[in-house]
Amino acid sequence: MTIPTSNATTPVEVEDAKPQSTTGPSAVKGGDGRSPGKMAWLRFKRDRTGVISAYVVIFFFVIAICAPLIAKLYGKDPHTMYGQDQEGLLNDFGFPIKPNGGISSDFWFGIEPQLGRDLFTFLLYGIRNSLFIAGVTTLLVTFLGIAIGVTAGYLGGKTDYFIGRVIDILLAFPSTLFFIAFWPVLMSILVSPEESTPIWLTVTSLILVMTAFGWASIARLLRGEVLALREREFVEAAKVTGASPVRIIFKELLPNLWTPILIQATLALPMFVTAEAGLAFLGVGLTAKTPDWGVMLQRGADVYQDDITFMLFPGVTMVVFVLAFNLLGDSVRDALDPKTKR
Amino acid sequence: MLRFLLRRVVGAAVILLIISALVFVLFYTAPRDPARVACGKVCTPETLALVRQNLGIADPIPVQYWHWLQGVFFGRDYASYGHCPAPCLGYSFINREPVFGTIVDRFPTTLSLSVGSAFVFVIFGVGTGMLAAVKQGKLLDKVASSASLVASSLQIYIVGVVAMYFLTDQLHLLDRPSYTPLTDNPGAWFSGLLLPWLVLSVIFTANYTRMARSQLVESLSEDYVRTARAKGLSRRTVFFRFAWRGAMGPIITIFGLDLGVLLGGAIITEKTFSLQGIGALSVKAVSTNDLPTLLGVMMVAATAIVVLNIVVDAVYALIDPRVRLA
Repeated sequence: MTIPTSNATTPVEVEDAKPQSTTGPSAVKGGDGRSPGKMAWLRFKRDRTGVISAYVVIFFFVIAICAPLIAKLYGKDPHTMYGQDQEGLLNDFGFPIKPNGGISSDFWFGIEPQLGRDLFTFLLYGIRNSLFIAGVTTLLVTFLGIAIGVTAGYLGGKTDYFIGRVIDILLAFPSTLFFIAFWPVLMSILVSPEESTPIWLTVTSLILVMTAFGWASIARLLRGEVLALREREFVEAAKVTGASPVRIIFKELLPNLWTPILIQATLALPMFVTAEAGLAFLGVGLTAKTPDWGVMLQRGADVYQDDITFMLFPGVTMVVFVLAFNLLGDSVRDALDPKTKR
Repeated sequence: MLRFLLRRVVGAAVILLIISALVFVLFYTAPRDPARVACGKVCTPETLALVRQNLGIADPIPVQYWHWLQGVFFGRDYASYGHCPAPCLGYSFINREPVFGTIVDRFPTTLSLSVGSAFVFVIFGVGTGMLAAVKQGKLLDKVASSASLVASSLQIYIVGVVAMYFLTDQLHLLDRPSYTPLTDNPGAWFSGLLLPWLVLSVIFTANYTRMARSQLVESLSEDYVRTARAKGLSRRTVFFRFAWRGAMGPIITIFGLDLGVLLGGAIITEKTFSLQGIGALSVKAVSTNDLPTLLGVMMVAATAIVVLNIVVDAVYALIDPRVRLA
């Protein structure tokens, strides 16, 4: 699991460590009164690609959150098998009778082959579920990455060495293989082979597995940042004045790490969306019952020869989403960290 | 050089040992009943007892691991399943076959897939990147940069299926992906793998274009390049004899990693194109809960990556004279 790492160097110290410190004039404070955050925001607003992709990303999140509302207005739900209940929608082989995957005024995106669910609502709920899983994973990975990375960087010595080796191993090996190899093991811990797995458990395990193998790149980046920050004067000064490690980490180090953390988190989310979809595509994780981007792509790949429409809708929306999110990530990096070369 | 290789090989062996131990312990202690998992979904009490006996579930974990390790070097006998010869990575109770044999059967497919596509994406990706770096800021550079940005957002399981539909089913330009051994029929081998190579390359090329471009832009502004130009060497000579070398290092490193990952099973690609390589084997092993096969595949993947890492470092030193093998 490699998130493209940026060599983010931190911007100006957000915080004046100690007002008492006599070193250097604190004239910066006067300046033109713009905080680093405000300057980043101004830079971001000037970046047209970034703003457009931000709108696209927001659009996806809005439809994901409002999926039940949209489905209600549209008058269908993602679970009813319309094709099997109503005559004239699916032919004897289970494929839509109308051209282009059965698109009609009733079914805007067509009908799912075989099971006959409504593709529009299924996609809405699929996006909703995928974004939920990827979002929670990103949050957990970021927290874990911060905790482990900062600990390793701050403590140094043997702890750092040990964590460093674990990170090396995790990053060196293909994450897909890790994910799928530990899936049966995890499942056998959680449910006995005879029982079927409830959906919430599958979702939880998916999030857990992706978190367990996903934290390494953020942790490595933050560890490096902390190693550099640790030697800076303001940290030293805080230590000399007797600040506790907790205070140093939360008040001195963390405020300087928000830039790389934010950048990494924006880059991580689309990666987890595609990772989760890839797992579903391989038949690991969510199954056909649950609306999910990856599940749709997997079903689409099964029937693509007879009904390419079913593949195109989830495929194109996913490519648009990932592209927009990647562009947004690049713009966020440019805005927060104008020094980094790309 | 020899001392470097020797040290790296020993280091690699240690890493493989650690990984095998970790995976083994996780596989055979975490599940409530590992024998039941390894036995597969359809499992009679008799088979279960046999699997228990063969895995030595009654023994403590270190002893089980020791037996497994002995099997890797000297082979191992499995009661009523037969002998598993020297590099015995385990015995699949579901396939009723030594794991290593299955992997050896599947490996040529994965090898052809990954080496073939690597050939395409390195030449194409690095080539475009070089051109973009030379024509910095020109139209070609912009087109290459945006194309690589779009390509890096694509997923194999989307592009592959869509490409199969349009290029194979609708336009009949390319053959349906399949694997024919190279020695049987080189023509069929080539035409059957052409589509997977191209699709895999689309995804990977982007990364190489971007990397080659930024590396070359950087190395073209190095002092030694300026010196070479200043002493009167032509632009072409400087580019191909000096700048190029400095830029290749990081690209080779990433290439080694990518190739290692591909050799360990291009899982999603193989599934997309229904090729029966190592990746497809691991997917099948997951769906049947075949722990011994999974362990074997993971070890092969790990070995591929570790070995390629050593090769990469050696090649790196050959290409870039600034690198010393200490």
